[in-house]
Amino acid sequence: MAVSQVRAAHGARPACPAAGPGAPGGRVRRRHGPSRHNRVGYAFFIPFLIVFVVSIVAPLVYAVYLSLFQDRLFGGTVFAGFANYTRALSDHLLVAGLARIALFLVIQVPVMLLLALLVALAIDSGRLKGAKIFRIAVFFPYAVPGVVGAIMWGYLTGGQFGLAGQIGRDLHIHVPDLLSHGWMLATIGNVVTWEFTGYNMLIMYAALRAVPTELYEAAEVDGAGEFRKAWSIKLPALRRALLLTTTFSIIGTFQLFNEPSVMSALAPTVVTTNYTPNLYDFNLAFNGQEYNYAAAVAVVLGLVTVVLAYAVQLWTARKERTG
Amino acid sequence: MKRRKSPALAVEHRKSPALTIVMGLMLLYTVLPLAWLVISSSKDTSSLFTTFGLGPGHGFRLGDNIRRVLTEQGGIYLRWFGNTVLYAVVGAGGAAALATAGGYALAKYRFRGRTALFAIVLGAISVPTTALAVPTYLLFAKWDIINTPWAVIVPALASPFGLYLMRIYALDAIPDSLLEAARIDGAGEFRVFRTISLRLLAPGFVTVLLFALVATWNNYFLPLIVLSDPHWYPLTVGLAQWNEQATGINGNGASAFYPLVLTGSLLAIIPLIVSFLFLQRFWQSGLAAGSVKQ
Repeated sequence: MAVSQVRAAHGARPACPAAGPGAPGGRVRRRHGPSRHNRVGYAFFIPFLIVFVVSIVAPLVYAVYLSLFQDRLFGGTVFAGFANYTRALSDHLLVAGLARIALFLVIQVPVMLLLALLVALAIDSGRLKGAKIFRIAVFFPYAVPGVVGAIMWGYLTGGQFGLAGQIGRDLHIHVPDLLSHGWMLATIGNVVTWEFTGYNMLIMYAALRAVPTELYEAAEVDGAGEFRKAWSIKLPALRRALLLTTTFSIIGTFQLFNEPSVMSALAPTVVTTNYTPNLYDFNLAFNGQEYNYAAAVAVVLGLVTVVLAYAVQLWTARKERTG
Repeated sequence: MKRRKSPALAVEHRKSPALTIVMGLMLLYTVLPLAWLVISSSKDTSSLFTTFGLGPGHGFRLGDNIRRVLTEQGGIYLRWFGNTVLYAVVGAGGAAALATAGGYALAKYRFRGRTALFAIVLGAISVPTTALAVPTYLLFAKWDIINTPWAVIVPALASPFGLYLMRIYALDAIPDSLLEAARIDGAGEFRVFRTISLRLLAPGFVTVLLFALVATWNNYFLPLIVLSDPHWYPLTVGLAQWNEQATGINGNGASAFYPLVLTGSLLAIIPLIVSFLFLQRFWQSGLAAGSVKQ
């Protein structure tokens, strides 16, 4: 998630509550030693901290640790330094998966976010009949498990009893095999777009709702039309929401697993074991028992994701500064 | 936050038929697969293959299909359903509770290490679960909780994003003066939390709960890794397995499984859609906090 955004939030509220309006009491108490009631904060925070350490920090540290060892046929597990990482960087199966994901990232994510943006603007414009129905219905797919979404679309687009093929036959149009080598990535992109457009739309819509009415009133007095208002008021108001949705989409793309995993049952020769990096990592660990190498691949994937997410943040932050 | 209350403005917003039609296409795209799923759930295998996807099949077999789903393999679907409810209720309920207490602590108490802890939790939000899955499996295997409900529930309890949302929410929703007043009246910290803060935090709590509920209900990757006994599977893993049986790895699957997969999928998505419909008011306002506030 938006780390810089959050850091900004932090900066915007440098003083914590005790230094805020209700603070005098707290301030006085602090001067006479650590305040008693603030220590209670630990009691509220520690339960979260425990599960956080057990299920996020510990596995992360363990992954890094594992990635530095190798399981040798003779000699057992030995320290290998960065050998697993050098292997990962020259592993063409991993690189192929990463390239596929990169293609997915530059096409599917912009298409989905643009679609979400248009829907959010349309619903917010006040010119749509039954806007409430659209808002809730477009969001529905988010509540559908990715596995179910993939199964559904797999059958819809597949050759067995697929709707796409049926309609094509009835209208005498040639419909390509959507689960074939050339079309699979697009088909998976469609499933992901279907699943998450509504979720992203809702985040953008929430940001639009927060624009004060006076701004629109002033613009209308100045004779601005709908498009002018969208461009000059709404898009700037959406900046934070766009950053948030972009960051989430990047993270989500690099974790792509459910959809290709389900599709591999329908088209095993197309969706190979290294189709996405995550699928590859899974197969390395659980079909190949290469735990140490799998840990290294996982760390590489995590790093690539975090770096990309950060890059988006920095890029937006700079853009904001320069203009 | 409130806008468009002025009637003068409302008059100016004439409805646009063109926009409504274009959006209608979007609606069709969203709803059509779900409609297809509902229709397909009323067909037997041969109707699936021989009749038009959006048309009726030979005979209405929904009741028949549901009965088959619930009795197949000694009623294992119900077991999967129960598991999913267990994981979702304990995992998501716990995650929301822990995030609420933690976010409240970060927002309303000044304790040592607070800033550093918050920074670490924030950093964790962008750590992909991918990087954690394999080591989680190995760690849990060491601790001997692999293939037990704990292996799914414990990771579900940690929601850094939930904590972040609740911190924002607590900063906004709970005035410090109220807490001070309660303290002056002699109320203990836990009593203040229980009687005052918790009530003010309710909408944020419901939002975090709902999104955690979706995350655990729909989770596939983690349970697939940490569970091998079908009796502990959640719906997602079970359905994916039925799907593999239907299609078969080499295209010679048991086609009798198709209606099971489709009807089972339909039954699996109903609870979440219903809860989203009923709790609309809460999650929409809670989301607003996450996407707008600084």
